Amino acid sequence: MRRPRLLYVPFWVTYVFLYTPIVVLVAMSFNAGKSPYVFAGFSLKWYGELAGNATIREGLVNTLVVAAGSTVLSTVLGTLLAVGLARHTRSRVLDALGVLPAVLPDLVLGIGLLVFYAAVKMTLGLHSVLLAHAVFGMAFVTAVVRTRLTHADTSLEEASRDLGATPLATFFRVTLPQLAPGVAAGALLAFTLSVDEFVIAFFTAAPTTPTLPIVIYSMVRFGVTPEINALATLLLAVSFTVVIVAQRMTRLTESLS
Amino acid sequence: MTSSTVSGAAAGSRSHRSRVIGRLAFLGPGLTYLIVFLLIPLGMVLSYTLFRRGRFGGVVYEATGENFTRLLEPLYLDVVVGSLKLAGLATLVALLVGYPTAYLIAQLPRKWKTIALVAIVLPFWTNFLVRIYAWIVLLSGPGLVNSTLVKLGLVDKPLELLYNEGTIVTGLVYSYLPLMVLPLYAAIEKLDPQLREASANLGARPARTFVSVTLPLTLPGIVTGCLFVFVPSFGNFVIPELLGGGRSIMVGNLIRDQFLNARDWPFGATLSLALLAVLIVLLLLQAWSSRRA
Repeated sequence: MRRPRLLYVPFWVTYVFLYTPIVVLVAMSFNAGKSPYVFAGFSLKWYGELAGNATIREGLVNTLVVAAGSTVLSTVLGTLLAVGLARHTRSRVLDALGVLPAVLPDLVLGIGLLVFYAAVKMTLGLHSVLLAHAVFGMAFVTAVVRTRLTHADTSLEEASRDLGATPLATFFRVTLPQLAPGVAAGALLAFTLSVDEFVIAFFTAAPTTPTLPIVIYSMVRFGVTPEINALATLLLAVSFTVVIVAQRMTRLTESLS
Repeated sequence: MTSSTVSGAAAGSRSHRSRVIGRLAFLGPGLTYLIVFLLIPLGMVLSYTLFRRGRFGGVVYEATGENFTRLLEPLYLDVVVGSLKLAGLATLVALLVGYPTAYLIAQLPRKWKTIALVAIVLPFWTNFLVRIYAWIVLLSGPGLVNSTLVKLGLVDKPLELLYNEGTIVTGLVYSYLPLMVLPLYAAIEKLDPQLREASANLGARPARTFVSVTLPLTLPGIVTGCLFVFVPSFGNFVIPELLGGGRSIMVGNLIRDQFLNARDWPFGATLSLALLAVLIVLLLLQAWSSRRA
C-alpha cells in the first residue's frame, strides 16, 4: 500500500506532542538548580529530597495497600462473575451490569460511593478506597476473563460434567487452569488501574489516608517543585518497564501457542 | 445440559439443582457486590435529585423540584454548554491528529507497527496527574516553550500560555489521544486494501477514494474513538482545575464543588444526572450508528 508523504507530518506531530512533556520532565528531574524550569547542571539531589519525604512515602504505602487488596477482591469476584456470565446465564442485562463500572464516569462512581458511605455511616479510610477500587477492578477482570472464556474449549468442561463432577469441582479442576493467563492479565490490569486511580480515591479516602495520586494532586495544586519531577520520573520508569515487560510476555506466549 | 434431557427424571432434578448451585456460586458474589457498591449508590444519587439539601451536606427527605429548575439557570446551563464545547473541541482535535496517525501506523511494516502502537499507548499508562503536571512545567512563564519563543525572537516577553480554555483542550487531547488512535487503527487495519485499489482502478482520485470508500468504512472506529475521548473529557474536573486555573470551570468542577465545598449534595446529584444523560444519549447514538454500519 502507498504511504502518502503528507501523512508523515501529523504522524510525527503526534509523537512529538506525546513525548515532549515527558522528556522535559525527566530532564528537569536531574536539575541541580532550584527552579523547575531552568536547567542548571546535573544533580541527583531531588531524588534525595524525595527519599526523605515522609508524606510521599506514606502515600506510596497507602496506594500499594489499596491496590493489593482491591486486586485480590476484584480478581476473585471478577473471575467467578465471568464464568457465571459465560456459562450460567444468557441474560444480557447482567452482562451489561458487569461492564457498567468500566464505562461509568469515575466522577459519578466516586460521588455515588461518597453518598453511600455517608448513608451507612461508614468511616472513610483505606478500606473505603479499597472497596471502591474493587468495583471497577472487577469490571476489567470480568471483561478480560470473559474474552478468554469465549475462546476456551468447552468440551473439557462438558466431559467433566458428564463424568459427574459438581460445578465447583469442574471450575477448580478444569475451567480455572485454562483461564489462568486471563486471570493473571486481569489482575495486573486491576492493580495498575488502582495504583493510578485518582478521582474515586479523592472522594472516598479520608484526609489522613491519602493515596499517592492524591498526594501528587495536592503537591501540584500547591505549586511546582522539582521534587515532583523526580517522583514523576520514577513513576514513568516503573510504568514503562511494566508495559514493556507485559508486551514481551504477550509476544512470548503468542509465539509459544 | 444435553445429558439431563436424555437421562431420567431423577438425574434431571439433580442436574437442575446443580445448575441452581452453579448460578448462585458464580453469579452470586459478584452481583451482590455490584448491587451494594454500584447500584445502590447510583440509586441514592438519582433519588437525591428530588430532595432538599441538608444543612451540613446530606439531604433532607422533603420532595422538591428546585434542583432541576436551578439546573436551567443560565449560570449553570452555561457551564454545561461550555463543557460540551471544550470536550467537543478536544474530540475534534484528537480526531484530526489521530486519524492520519492511525492511518500511517496501519501502513507501516509489521515490526514498526508494533513499536509505533506501543509508543502511542505508553504515555497513557503513566500517572494521569504527572502528565498534566508536565504541561504546567512546559507552558509556564519561564517554561521551555516560552523561553524558546523568546530566544528565537518570536515574542518579546513570555506569553500567558497556561490557565485558559486552550490549555484545557491541550490537556484533554494529550490525556485521551491514545483512546482515539487505537479504535481508529483497529478500523483502518481491518480495511480490505482491494477496495481502495478497485476504487483507484475505476478512476477515482485518492481524495475521492478516501471520502467514498475509506471514510465510510472506518466510521464505526471514528465514532468509538470520539466517544472514548469525549466521555472522559466531558466529566473531567482535574484538567480544568490544574490547567484552567479555575476561571473556566467545567461541569465536573461544579459537581465536585457541590459535594466537597458547597455541601449541596442534591444539586450535585442533579448535575451528575445531567452529565449521565448526555453520555447516555451519545452511547445510544453510537449503538445506532454501529447497527447501521
